[in-house]
Amino acid sequence: MSSTYFSAYVAVISARYRGLLQYRAAAFAGFVTQLFWGCIKIMIMFAFFAASDEPQPMSIVEVVSYIWLGQAMLGMLPWSIDKDIEAMIRSGDVSYELVRPLDLYTFWFCRTIALRTATTTLRAIPMVIFAMIGLPLVGAVDWALLPPADLITFLAFVISLGCALMLACAFTMLMHVVLVWTISGEGLNRFIPAIVNVFSGMIVPLPLFPDWMQGFLEWQPFRGLVDVPFRIYTGNIPLGSAAPDVALQLLWAAVFIWLGRRMLTGSMRRMVVQGG
Amino acid sequence: MAQIIVEGLSKFFQVAERRPGLWGAVSGLLRRDHRSVAALQDVSFEINAGELVGYIGPNGAGKSTTIKILSGILVPTAGRCEVRGRVPWLERHQHVADIGVVFGQRSQLWWDLPVMESFDLLRDIYRVPASEYRDTRDQLIAEMSIEPLLATPVRQLSLGQRMRCDLVASLLHCPSILFLDEPTIGLDAVSRLALRHFIRRINRERGTTIILTTHDMDDIEALCERVIVIGRGTILSDGPLAGLREQLDPERRMKVELVNDERFDVEHARVISREGTMLQLSFDPRRITTPELIRRISESHEVRDLLVEYPPIEELIAKLYADSADSKPAVIEPSA
Repeated sequence: MSSTYFSAYVAVISARYRGLLQYRAAAFAGFVTQLFWGCIKIMIMFAFFAASDEPQPMSIVEVVSYIWLGQAMLGMLPWSIDKDIEAMIRSGDVSYELVRPLDLYTFWFCRTIALRTATTTLRAIPMVIFAMIGLPLVGAVDWALLPPADLITFLAFVISLGCALMLACAFTMLMHVVLVWTISGEGLNRFIPAIVNVFSGMIVPLPLFPDWMQGFLEWQPFRGLVDVPFRIYTGNIPLGSAAPDVALQLLWAAVFIWLGRRMLTGSMRRMVVQGG
Repeated sequence: MAQIIVEGLSKFFQVAERRPGLWGAVSGLLRRDHRSVAALQDVSFEINAGELVGYIGPNGAGKSTTIKILSGILVPTAGRCEVRGRVPWLERHQHVADIGVVFGQRSQLWWDLPVMESFDLLRDIYRVPASEYRDTRDQLIAEMSIEPLLATPVRQLSLGQRMRCDLVASLLHCPSILFLDEPTIGLDAVSRLALRHFIRRINRERGTTIILTTHDMDDIEALCERVIVIGRGTILSDGPLAGLREQLDPERRMKVELVNDERFDVEHARVISREGTMLQLSFDPRRITTPELIRRISESHEVRDLLVEYPPIEELIAKLYADSADSKPAVIEPSA
């Protein structure tokens, strides 16, 4: 495996990334929406914390930072599919993907990395600036996103976020592979986001769920998307005990990649390119 | 040695069938009848390096299926297929690095990127060395005159512009074989001519083997010395266009415009249609030579204008298809 082997895939990521960066209006609209929801979520959380005297598994300060990170990184969640891949499968243009000297799974995985990161960068940067710098400036210190405690925490967060990206892409790829079978992405697009949003901790931080659910929540794959990296960031997961959680992220990513590859190979073998 | 060898190639598709009506829809949920449909049946041919072969047939005849098997996308049900000594679907990576493919109804360019960036991306995908890529690219761009389009995102190109760019894209890695699946479909006359000119040039100057499927008989007439006709999954004819003509319909056509609207009766000339003084004649050159017929016509009639032509190739092909629709396919031996 020489560097040229990878350069093809790197070129795919960068080309797709550039293509997706063009959609500035969508990014701006997304930013405003996320901002709005972020404020509402924080108000609800303040109300919850004010209504209870019991000690909570997360402090309100941690929860606020967690919410802002979630609003910034929303695009990274596997809640959507690559419209181009869907169109290619539907129209039969997928033929062209098969006459390239590339491994199809890796090829599409690269496209997926671009999909998950391009929209996210466009929204995350202004969101972080707003929540970390903008809010304290206007006096809303309680509402602000706090920087991580120290550099090591930040590095641990970056590593965990990278693992979350792999996990998100691996899961998005599973959706793409299913698409090869079902042709239409409508069903998936309605069904998957609901599950992902709840079980990743995007709607309500997972530690705030009832105790009897914790055993299940801790092991399920979607936790690696949001819960693990964000709680590492806020310090809710202490650095010393972060390793097993990151390992869990990688484990689930590996499982999804293995499964996606197997299913893709299987479906390619019996593929009938539409319109042929 | 042949560059492409196809021997006894067959491809069957499983098609789920549903009985009509509501009951059919409901019972289809529980049990589906599968029917095996033959897209290709026992197809054999060989193509040598540097040939430009027309591969024609009606819709659903198996043209695209053949192209897809040859390009490694589909796996055949039975038969042997080798392209430059490789089995396409077994050694897909090495195989596809050496072929170029254009599907006329699809685009291989990236929708939201400028044309040039799609080209650069293909350079990386095919791992073409930088200097080699620059030379090939600039040469192709000049030959196809797409220079002004390079900065335009693909989604803003017209069909003709897009197809010209697509053709260039398929050649950037200097493939030794090029598959063109209906490249002229939907194009206007000017784009068609430009494309034809380019295809001929690639074939002559680079020695690229080209297999062209099309419904446009003018494409075939302008480009291909050899034509393979396929219908209902089997090969109906394989040979030079002239040979196909001779075997199927040796007759020539003559358009005659008379000065006077008068009775027309000349031996060996059959009147196909007549509109006033305009006559469409058909004659067999083996019975009467063209000069002799012209002499006889001018002797007995006053002629204003006269034009001799081949019957349109569409008619030949239609005849071939009609023959094949009879229970036993009329397999025509390739002419030498």
